[in-house]
Amino acid sequence: MMNIKILGPGCANCVNLEKAAKQAASELGIDATFEKVTDYADIASYDIMSTPGLVVDEQVILSGRVPTAAQVKALLAPLVG
Amino acid sequence: MSTATDTGTSTRRKSVQRWGGLLLATVLWWALYLANQPFWDWLIGHVFGLDLTSRLGSGVNFFFLDSVKILLLLAGIIFIVTVLRSFMSVERTRALLGGKREGIGNVLAASLGVVTPFCSCSAVPAFIGFVASGIPLGVTMSFLIASPLVNEVAIALLLGLFGIGPTLMYVAAGLVIAILAGFIIGRLKLERWVEPFVFETKLRGKIINSTVGLTWDDRIQMGIEEVVSILKKIWPYLLVGIGLGAVIHGWAPEDFFARYAGADNPFAVLIAVLIGIPLYSNAAGILPLIDALYAKGLPMGTLLAFMMATVALSLPEMILLRRVLKPKLIATFIGVTAVGIIGVGYLFNAIL
Repeated sequence: MMNIKILGPGCANCVNLEKAAKQAASELGIDATFEKVTDYADIASYDIMSTPGLVVDEQVILSGRVPTAAQVKALLAPLVG
Repeated sequence: MSTATDTGTSTRRKSVQRWGGLLLATVLWWALYLANQPFWDWLIGHVFGLDLTSRLGSGVNFFFLDSVKILLLLAGIIFIVTVLRSFMSVERTRALLGGKREGIGNVLAASLGVVTPFCSCSAVPAFIGFVASGIPLGVTMSFLIASPLVNEVAIALLLGLFGIGPTLMYVAAGLVIAILAGFIIGRLKLERWVEPFVFETKLRGKIINSTVGLTWDDRIQMGIEEVVSILKKIWPYLLVGIGLGAVIHGWAPEDFFARYAGADNPFAVLIAVLIGIPLYSNAAGILPLIDALYAKGLPMGTLLAFMMATVALSLPEMILLRRVLKPKLIATFIGVTAVGIIGVGYLFNAIL
């Protein structure tokens, strides 16, 4: 099961990233758990410097901007299975 | 079934569409910009019959004229700056700053602070990312000061309202303040006033470069989104600022402010900065006000200092930074930056 984390202090960007990620996951038929990481120390340990960040199975795959659901799909598709 | 020529044609067509579209947008922008003043003069003076030299007439005229002008400037410059900045990233900046010692590091950090895309919500992760990877505290501060201080909204508005001279002065002043303040903070060896967890953060994970793989269409899309996003955020500030500016423009007597805050009042800059620090506004709200105040006789140095104090130091950012900086360091940060701004204000008043 895929583990997807949204990194961010809770501003609008993080909310939109989560929406895009959830939509992408459901369109790809991926069964995933979603987590919000809001503590700055934890966020920093992933070594991203601009929020929001998208982490899949402990790998950072995007940071610094809010992608469309389609773009998240493109990022997630190769990681399935 | 597609042949090589088919894909060639469609790529070329897309390219023509893209650049043709941009060219059209540029022409349209210029047309609107140049037609702005004549249009409102005609509409308000002729069609509605208001006397443009009267208080009401000139106030109303100012309001509409400035609103359109500022909107056009913001849209144009934010778009261009965002597209240019899409070639840069915070990760790249950190790589460039790595290993540079103080002095040259401060200069580089301040310059990069201006060109790196950076929103203040990322101030904390960026700070941690820089410091935990070994970049000196002072150099990091130069980056953090330069970034909000020399921002594209301020540059766009200064350019449109006052021309290239004050704009260049502002950019130069912002850089110098960021460099010096960061350098001084570094020299004071204030690492003990940083929250300890920052230094203990273990950086794991691969560093991703978010500038890789972006096409021109992506960059243009980002530019458009950024314009919409910023305008959505600042339009209330803009209206209030322009409204206040219009009131001052139309109703405040000439030299009213100059009498109290003019060039011969030695405390003017100090007071302007002290008022500006706790004020929370972005450049968009402040500049129409400054435009009107300048027309009423306030000197440019005082006004630039006021704007910098408002824009560079904001309560929300200080609250955010509290997560990583102890209060004493935040106070030092505010103090050193304020002194720099005050210095710049007096300097510009003296040389202009």
